[in-house]
Amino acid sequence: MQKKKLVQVKNLTKTFEVGKGASLKAADGVSFDIYEGETFGLVGESGCGKSTTGRTIISLYNPTSGEVIFDGQNVHKASSSARSKLTRDMQMIFQDPYASLNPRMNISEIIGEGLQLNGLYKGKERAKRVIELLEMVGLQKEHANRFPHEFSGGQRQRIGIARALAVNPRFVIADEPISALDVSVQAQVVNLMKNLQREQNLTYLFIAHDLAMVKHISDRIGVMYLGNLVEMTESEKLYESPKHPYTQALLSAIPVPDPDLEKSRERTIIEGDVPSPINPPSGCVFRTRCPVAKEVCAQHKPTWQEVDHGHYVACHLYQ
Amino acid sequence: MEQRETLLEVSGLKVTFRAHGGEISAVRDVNFSLKKGETLAIVGESGCGKSVTAKSIMRLVPEHIGKIAGGSILFKGKDLAKLPEKEMQGIRGSEISMIFQDAMTSLNPTITIGEQIMEGIIRHQKVPRSEAKRQAIEILQLVGIANPESRLKQYLHQFSGGMRQRIMIAIALVCNPSILIADEPTTALDVTIQAQIIDLFKSIQQKTGVSIIIITHDLGVVAKIADRVNVMYAGKVVESGPVSDIFYNPQHPYTKGLLASMPRLDADRNIPLSPIPGTPPDLFSPPLGCAFAERCNHALEVCRNYQPEETKVHNAHAVSCWLQDPRAKKLLASTQAPTGT
Repeated sequence: MQKKKLVQVKNLTKTFEVGKGASLKAADGVSFDIYEGETFGLVGESGCGKSTTGRTIISLYNPTSGEVIFDGQNVHKASSSARSKLTRDMQMIFQDPYASLNPRMNISEIIGEGLQLNGLYKGKERAKRVIELLEMVGLQKEHANRFPHEFSGGQRQRIGIARALAVNPRFVIADEPISALDVSVQAQVVNLMKNLQREQNLTYLFIAHDLAMVKHISDRIGVMYLGNLVEMTESEKLYESPKHPYTQALLSAIPVPDPDLEKSRERTIIEGDVPSPINPPSGCVFRTRCPVAKEVCAQHKPTWQEVDHGHYVACHLYQ
Repeated sequence: MEQRETLLEVSGLKVTFRAHGGEISAVRDVNFSLKKGETLAIVGESGCGKSVTAKSIMRLVPEHIGKIAGGSILFKGKDLAKLPEKEMQGIRGSEISMIFQDAMTSLNPTITIGEQIMEGIIRHQKVPRSEAKRQAIEILQLVGIANPESRLKQYLHQFSGGMRQRIMIAIALVCNPSILIADEPTTALDVTIQAQIIDLFKSIQQKTGVSIIIITHDLGVVAKIADRVNVMYAGKVVESGPVSDIFYNPQHPYTKGLLASMPRLDADRNIPLSPIPGTPPDLFSPPLGCAFAERCNHALEVCRNYQPEETKVHNAHAVSCWLQDPRAKKLLASTQAPTGT
């Protein structure tokens, strides 16, 4: 299995100043690779740092430490010419299809903006390209002159996808792209993303809190908790043999649309809430809610290690 | 299901809203009943009228833009749809309570949570503050908040998302209502917290016997908590029945579509999801026939022009779909049309 590493995230840390000298470590030494053509899913609950990680990778934020390498190029240390190539290669789809489209621009302006900024497809060619993109995401050419408010949530998300794909990116970060959509429409958008990936050999970083959907779309999954990556493996393996107690609890907490199964299912419900990331627990950050925490968990931070082929976990149970 | 006393009977409910460009029919002829001690889930996508139905029971449809245009809501011999506001205030929060999706916008951030819990007790039970405080402490214990006495003096921002939801549940339960309406109570929560709150609902129901109407779009939550389910689409209940019938023997193409479009953790991820094509209809001008016909793979000529009648699949399981008509069944058999999922 010789797959090319397209994105390498190395020990990425992002700290935000939150006033009074306090700081919040939103991402704490996160490392993973994304192979060309795959979908890497990043899951976790709100505040776990999954969006911060995504936004730092695409350099909407500068990292506090650590680095991101895209196809051999350090994303945050790129020269301006390399930078402009990177912005074409890396694109993003956002969560809120209402807030992420400018209401004063029509659809052809929204989709064409990236083309214009990058000086791609001039004049008539650009108009043709916009229509091609609209049709690619399942909209029609009549839609080009309309404004965002004339579209439903699912259609707007399609527009967001068309905008991201306009500049022929190789890598797309989708940050909760479907969580604002209705169930029946979510499936439309996910199927569209999967088809586009196959047709254009795209690489995805798919960030979401819905583990069932992440499992469906991803080849490999990383689970985050309180700024730390706690487990990473292939998506089937993560579901079949989760190692980290947090992953186990997360899987057990998701209700399955099957009433008989729900009634018979044994579940481990973890107590309490996620601690404040401004003052995280010592040692393993999950220990305050972990049903199997030991003394060592408070003293030392568990190291990131491979427990099975391609299956990584940070937990004292496996050290 | 055993025979239980019917607590609430909604029949022919119609709710309309005035908007620029006309009238929106948000709820179009909804019928259902709620029995004592049971949990009824109302599921559907945004705009299907599930929240408006619930708000009508509480008479919380804002009067300057919307109105209950028809039907009745019978509760303990009274028609809530026609009750004077003054009398309604005696029922709201005391006999029927409601909790909302987002505690941060539903509760007051400038008043201590103790005051907000006691407000209902003092108002409805006319008891002194000391007694109200005792009850407030008791209810906070019931919903699983530690150190209730000192917590009473705190404000909303001092609580986490899950705790806020527990406080809202405490406020709703403090007067011992017979019906608790929960509108997307776990949607804004993380899954591990959602699991805690669902368990809380179940244990409270066991202790107090309260009937629960839960409104949600999450079929996983429905499977976990509901006894019966109403599936709503474009302002109507299209299918209703015991939870197992809805999940294992769905009849309406929309119910089938909803179930098929959800990814399951235990499913093979190489099989693509089956989305429902298109989007729900515009309720400014509701379609003449079945509102789902536009998106339905099995739609017949008749579906577009005539409203389907409700048919019984068996006792408690009912569906409104032309495919249930014996003539449609004959037609489908003769043309070997797809039989659905």
